[in-house]
Amino acid sequence: MADKNGPDGTGRTSGKGTPGFHDDDLERRRRELGAVLATRRPDRSQGKEAEGAGRASGYGQAFKLSSEFIAGIVVGVVIGWTIDRLVGTSPWGLIVFLLLGFVAGILNVLRSVGAVAELDQRGGKPPEPKE
Amino acid sequence: MAAADKVDPIHQFHINKLIPLEIGGYDISFTNSALFMVATVVLASAFLYFSTSGRALVPSRLQSVGEMSYEFVASMLRDSAGSHAMKFFPLVFSLFMFVLTANLLGLFPYFFTVTAHIIVTFALAALVIGTVVIYGFYKNGFGFLKLFVPSGVPVYLLPLVVLIEVISFLSRPVSLSVRLFANMLAGHITLKVFAGFVVSLSSLGAIGIAGAILPLIMAVAITALEVLVAALQAYVFAMLTCMYLNDAVHPGGH
Repeated sequence: MADKNGPDGTGRTSGKGTPGFHDDDLERRRRELGAVLATRRPDRSQGKEAEGAGRASGYGQAFKLSSEFIAGIVVGVVIGWTIDRLVGTSPWGLIVFLLLGFVAGILNVLRSVGAVAELDQRGGKPPEPKE
Repeated sequence: MAAADKVDPIHQFHINKLIPLEIGGYDISFTNSALFMVATVVLASAFLYFSTSGRALVPSRLQSVGEMSYEFVASMLRDSAGSHAMKFFPLVFSLFMFVLTANLLGLFPYFFTVTAHIIVTFALAALVIGTVVIYGFYKNGFGFLKLFVPSGVPVYLLPLVVLIEVISFLSRPVSLSVRLFANMLAGHITLKVFAGFVVSLSSLGAIGIAGAILPLIMAVAITALEVLVAALQAYVFAMLTCMYLNDAVHPGGH
């Protein structure tokens, strides 16, 4: 948005040297930023989920988050163990991929609670609805 | 776990061979698990067949339920993956009906719960992810790999991030199957344990029978909760299938 600093649309014609910090300009840029952020922030469905699932929501949430976390670790361990078996680098493959699996598991958990943007959210699509 | 020696909460998940069968060294016996999978398929197909056979303009109750399940899955798929993904509707609808029917069938006493076995749920999840990967590569070629490359990451971090994203992607079928399996397994074990308390407490005489009322109330409440969980998990399974198909249809979010 740096290219919109200029005097376009603000009625200011005074020179290139002054930055376009006119009130209208700032207001417009703030609104644009807000719109962009709103499309990227994946926390809109949180409230809906909490009221929709009712009594089972905590139960479902617990299963969801633990399965996301465990899945990352399990996949990391399987990959590392397989590499060790095929290449004979035991135990380094297991160590490295176990740690990467932890990272992926935490990433999964953060994604599923909406703390990190979805992988496919860069195009501003709606967020993944929660159960 | 076993409150009394007779009550074994795991016993309900035992697989028994009904018709032993072995071909080429592989054991492909017809088990009680296979029997209930066949029953699930037959029941779901029969329900849809009879609910759509009337074709009344003003639907009967049965037809109304059938149409509701169709529209529910169709709108879910269209909302989350776009109308391009409607070619996957048969897959998603079959998965939804199979999981829902299997979950609900498992709630009957003495019935076997197919979805409480991780190999069954993992096979379903592997089917979904296999479809996503194959269709993603078929449709987008190597553009599908953009899925693993987040934008705005410094180049020197890219190998690490891509590796983590790949592990995260591969963990999807695992978490999809573990979630369904764990919900069904835990629910049925809890139900069995509480029902076991009723039996073992009531064998203690008058005070025991009075005390057995509490776990009995719990067992009834958990049964109601399990009906909810059965439907919810089928919904979640279908919903996540739609999400993953969305990645195959539009990788990179476009």
